[in-house]
Amino acid sequence: MNLSRTARALLRIALALGLGVIYVPLAVVLLNSFNSDRTFGWPPSGLTFQWWRSAWNSTGVRDALWTSIQAGLGATAIALLLGTMAAFAVQRYRFFGRDTVSLLIVLPIALPGIVTGIALSNTFHTVLGVPLGLLTVIVGHATFCVVTVYNNVLARLRRMGRGLEEASADLGADTFTTFRLVTFPMLRSALLAGGLLAFALSFDEIIVTTFTSGAGVRTLPIWIFENLFRPNQAPVVNVVAAALIVFSVVPIYLAQRLSGEAQTH
Amino acid sequence: MSGSLRRRAAAFLHRHARVRLSLLLSAPLAWLGLAYLGALAALFVTAFWSTDTFTGDLVKTFTLANFQDLATGEVYRTIALRSLGVAVAVTLIDLVIAFPMAFAMAKLASPRAQRWLVILVLTPLWASYLVKAYAWRVMLSSDGVLGWGYGLTATILTLSYLWLPYMILPIYAGLERLPNSLLDAAGDLGARGWRTFRTVVWPLSFPAVVAGSIFTFSLSLGDYIAVKIVGGKSQLIGNVVYDNIGAANNLPFAAAVATVPVVIMLVYLAAVRRTGALENL
Repeated sequence: MNLSRTARALLRIALALGLGVIYVPLAVVLLNSFNSDRTFGWPPSGLTFQWWRSAWNSTGVRDALWTSIQAGLGATAIALLLGTMAAFAVQRYRFFGRDTVSLLIVLPIALPGIVTGIALSNTFHTVLGVPLGLLTVIVGHATFCVVTVYNNVLARLRRMGRGLEEASADLGADTFTTFRLVTFPMLRSALLAGGLLAFALSFDEIIVTTFTSGAGVRTLPIWIFENLFRPNQAPVVNVVAAALIVFSVVPIYLAQRLSGEAQTH
Repeated sequence: MSGSLRRRAAAFLHRHARVRLSLLLSAPLAWLGLAYLGALAALFVTAFWSTDTFTGDLVKTFTLANFQDLATGEVYRTIALRSLGVAVAVTLIDLVIAFPMAFAMAKLASPRAQRWLVILVLTPLWASYLVKAYAWRVMLSSDGVLGWGYGLTATILTLSYLWLPYMILPIYAGLERLPNSLLDAAGDLGARGWRTFRTVVWPLSFPAVVAGSIFTFSLSLGDYIAVKIVGGKSQLIGNVVYDNIGAANNLPFAAAVATVPVVIMLVYLAAVRRTGALENL
């Protein structure tokens, strides 16, 4: 490619600057979690572990974390089931309205979260008369989590073809045995990757959660948002934020290992 | 006994493809087709109702009053236009930052470096949305690193930051698919860098750009959290919806306002359909 040396240098600088812009704010949060100044005056006047200790001992944080994990696991389980079923239907069969099914699955993340949020809360509240709580949060999250599992399973089904399943049937295995011994093992890493994404999506969600959780149910994002504007909670909020940044590396690492595993297959 | 039942069920399913398909589709369609679409439809119907000003109860008689208020209210027009402006500004800022980054990633980096760069761009997507908005709150606060204060500019900056990876990744994928031989051919035919960009790279990567813009546009349009965190007193469509549900307890009007971003998104999706952007999502 005939790019001048200046153009190449400029593009590389743009890339480096862009990555800098992406990471500097995160670094500031990490650094501030050790800032001994309560109001995060800049530059930090001193470093301390005090805020990490108080965050660890905060029951509000612990309860919210546990609620988030429950909601994430519930939503992921439903998304795994529905996403896999839909992916099989769309990839393995030809039927009327097949494209509509894909559109329907993407819709909950394509529409603004607030629309999904008030539509669901209105249905729970006025149409069905279900009290809002953890269960309604799980239903809300599952609705937009289906798409991640669906996409992963769909891509895997497309790649793996039907040869091995047909061979299994020829060797005398029935539908269920083939699924258990042939199809499912080949899907496993796609299910893990999709499930991981679904969990992360649910764990981070705030808008749909705001409208579908009742008064008593507080997920971690809700807790952060409630305490964001309380000056005396600021250091603890900052520690929770810093911890979330550090732990966001875990799913990335797992997803990379999974995709590496998939390539060697 | 149960073994033979299982065998018969398996044989039955094996012979009847349509039954298999119906079983597979039943739960997803019940959830998303009936429950979710039903909920959206119910919300849309609510937009044509009203609330009793004294009791705050829903009055279930058809009225266009909400949409009339929406169309004639000076405030709402300003807020709708402001939200649209924010979404457009965020999309343009992200495009200007993301395109050179994606180009450098796809065309200048070695394959090994590319893998790492993708991870570097992906990782912040997993860090919580609130954490990132909060990071900007801390940096923009009057005694923070930047100290620029809060307001509409702060909102645009924060939203651009939040959605930047959503713009980089589709453009990167689009540019990676673009064969290097085309760029070489343009060079052999005498085109310099800028001309190659204008006549070869841009037209061929346009669907990917549009795909990225769908994310940045729709995510900005529906947001009301970031503006609460760094926006100071400014309001966007999302805030109007939120306030009408919470403080004002006027679900019908909130539903009517919520149709605005949905309609804008549908118009946008319809407009870009022909570029082939939807296959790039």
